[in-house]
Amino acid sequence: MLKLGEHEFESRLIIGSGKFSNNALMPEVIRASGAEIVTLALRRVNLKDNKENVLNFIPVGLLLLPNTSGARNAEEAIRIARLSKEMGCGSLIKIEVINDSKYLMPDNEETIKATEILVKEGFIVLPYITPDLIVSRKLRDVGASAIMPLGSPIGSNRGFQTKEIVRLIVEEINLPVILDAGIGKPSQACDAMEMGVDAVMVNTAIATSDNPVEMARAFKLAVEAGRIAFEAKLGLTRESAVASSPLTGFLDE
Amino acid sequence: MIKVNGEEKNYVNCNILELIDNIELDKNRIVVEVNKVIIPRTQFDNYTLQDKDVVEIVHFVGGG
Repeated sequence: MLKLGEHEFESRLIIGSGKFSNNALMPEVIRASGAEIVTLALRRVNLKDNKENVLNFIPVGLLLLPNTSGARNAEEAIRIARLSKEMGCGSLIKIEVINDSKYLMPDNEETIKATEILVKEGFIVLPYITPDLIVSRKLRDVGASAIMPLGSPIGSNRGFQTKEIVRLIVEEINLPVILDAGIGKPSQACDAMEMGVDAVMVNTAIATSDNPVEMARAFKLAVEAGRIAFEAKLGLTRESAVASSPLTGFLDE
Repeated sequence: MIKVNGEEKNYVNCNILELIDNIELDKNRIVVEVNKVIIPRTQFDNYTLQDKDVVEIVHFVGGG
């Protein structure tokens, strides 16, 4: 089970609700993904056109995980977190502080500041970071409920490029590690899960696929397969070959 | 005049419930901030907007 604060989840795939060409696809995509957590963003209401609400497309019973996207520093993230909590969907928050417009790299320092304050206010804080072991330790020490390191830049579909650092975080930090951002293929999600990451968060790869429902299903299966493999424990790797078939009893021996 | 999501509007002396009814919003799906202070839904009908108030009305949108 994936445990975040007092919540427990069977599914280890978290799905994002952005970038869908048509929101009407979302219920079926979410069902196909098996996800129990859906991320959302908070924005100003458009005063002229506000009839379509994303909440209409998220099946009842899913846990909503608002992010603080749009925040450029800790103060703005805290403001967005408080507004999101007031929506009445619980106290989970994904802290996302970004002031780099090209690669959208999170500002780890501001993220730690925001995490510390929001934990004291009773939030279950999931900080999104540029992978770093020391930053992860500091986040753990100020009370984060999970660490969300990025795999590669948001929306880039470039895959799990930060594997070596994320591996250290998984080994050293006794908190759920959720690989977030940049995962473009189910095989990359599976790779991360095999390594021992606790969950994977996917948005772009599913939402912008030609067939988001089938892609959601593919990610579901990949995440499950990776987790099963991790729990079963992978076999040793060796430098040379070790025959799988018996080396005796050959014909004409 | 007050500012609602950056636009000048004439809702002085209205309460928040009247404002959001006028814009046809579902009060359960928005959060309202006045001068950077969050106003709980339960206070919408007795919070009267004053001249120069800065109102932000936010809601959830798709995001990752």
